[in-house]
Amino acid sequence: MTGTLAAIGAGLAVIGAGIGIGNVGSSAMEAIARQPDAAGDIRSNMILMAALVEGAALIAIILSFFVG
Amino acid sequence: MNKILICLFSFLLMSIAVVAQDHGDDSHGAETEHAEEGEHHEGGCHCHDASKDEFDPGETAFHHIMDANAFHVYGDIYIPLPCMLYAPEHGWSFFLSNKFELHSHGDGHKAIDGYVMHHGEVMRVKDASFPKGEVAVECFGVRDGEDDKEIFQVIYKDECYDLDKKSTWDGGMLGGGITSYYDFSVTKNVFTMLLSLVLLFLLFRSVAKAYVTRAGKAPKGIQSLIETIFVFIRDEVAIPFLGPKYEKYLPFLMSIFFFILGLNLIGQIPFFPGSGNVTGNLAVTMVLALFAFLVTNLSGNRNYWAHIFWMPGVPAWVKTILTPVEVMGLVIKPLTLMLRLFANITAGHIVIIIFVSLIFVFGDAGESIGGSILGGFIAVPLTLFMMSIELLVAFIQAFVFCILTASYIGAAIEEHHHEAEHH
Repeated sequence: MTGTLAAIGAGLAVIGAGIGIGNVGSSAMEAIARQPDAAGDIRSNMILMAALVEGAALIAIILSFFVG
Repeated sequence: MNKILICLFSFLLMSIAVVAQDHGDDSHGAETEHAEEGEHHEGGCHCHDASKDEFDPGETAFHHIMDANAFHVYGDIYIPLPCMLYAPEHGWSFFLSNKFELHSHGDGHKAIDGYVMHHGEVMRVKDASFPKGEVAVECFGVRDGEDDKEIFQVIYKDECYDLDKKSTWDGGMLGGGITSYYDFSVTKNVFTMLLSLVLLFLLFRSVAKAYVTRAGKAPKGIQSLIETIFVFIRDEVAIPFLGPKYEKYLPFLMSIFFFILGLNLIGQIPFFPGSGNVTGNLAVTMVLALFAFLVTNLSGNRNYWAHIFWMPGVPAWVKTILTPVEVMGLVIKPLTLMLRLFANITAGHIVIIIFVSLIFVFGDAGESIGGSILGGFIAVPLTLFMMSIELLVAFIQAFVFCILTASYIGAAIEEHHHEAEHH
């Protein structure tokens, strides 16, 4: 039972991270389209933000891994 | 077209080699019907014959991502690694792991000074009545201990002996806590780390030499490759985040980046010198994160500590909330560094193994040739796709670790000129 709940929790965390990273990516693409000169800066900041969003999801996944 | 076919075919062979490493003799485990219980022994313990189990992709993947005391090549062929073991009541033991006479699934036929090899890991019999020196053991079993933990057992002369896992300093969270012995062996992970250190040393020495001998000329050969990456990290990571004092931290950032990148890439190789899941090991990423934590906090200036303990420019009641959050942030930042690298690399290894396992799942563990071929046609493109993604991930994760470390250090050494700027 806890295993199933943990799996659902991990899934929810992934949905959250997916939405978050999707937003980061779409905004970054838009920004690059508006300002192609700043593509390099935007790209590294995009990866940084994606990594931060991902970090939150990973904590949830690791926790559910230990619970389940 | 021919080239593509050859590529696909060799890739298929390579991928199968990986599963064969963990999978051992499962493929001819046909006698599942009359092998449910295994051999019974007195004292209520029985052999767990893994070669008669059904093929379990999850377990195979789990074994693959674990550290091991020998390199599995194929079937019963192992590349031995040195074992250095210390038990307080026995002293040191040094030997090569082929002394265990390994066979399928990383189980050893022999016990040496009370040490046995099970699932590729050295374990120790705690019981003092177990004979020292080299003795032949029959097989391995498992029983349920307290807290739903599995306790492995070795069966020697119809008697069961509980096995201790190696000591870990995590209080039993991931391993066994402090047990009856310590393992200082050169394991698969240690070997891979040493290999990557040697490769990086040779690589960078030759590049550094080239800058002296070819001073003033355009870079050539491997120099061009390293210079591109080096300049990229310097211009995209170090300078924007660290500002004018970047040179002091550049060696640290570069070491972290190339070390992680090297380990990630070596882990991608599915056979002997590779296949070690080093950056997917919590202990390794923890040490890397610990270094990031120490460098950040030891180089933190007055502003940095003031912003953590007494954030200037906010009302006093907000400070009472902010201070605990900031103090927690001190630990959470390296914690996420550690988990991110660990989870990404481990997930990549697991997914690849699961995809390759499709061949064995469809093929009923070697029973049905048609199923295997169908599984192969599904598994190869998926694995190929995943491997290329993982190649990207190897770079991205090394880069992310580096860029986040740089941003933490940058926040710690930043000089605040005006009060309005808060982070």
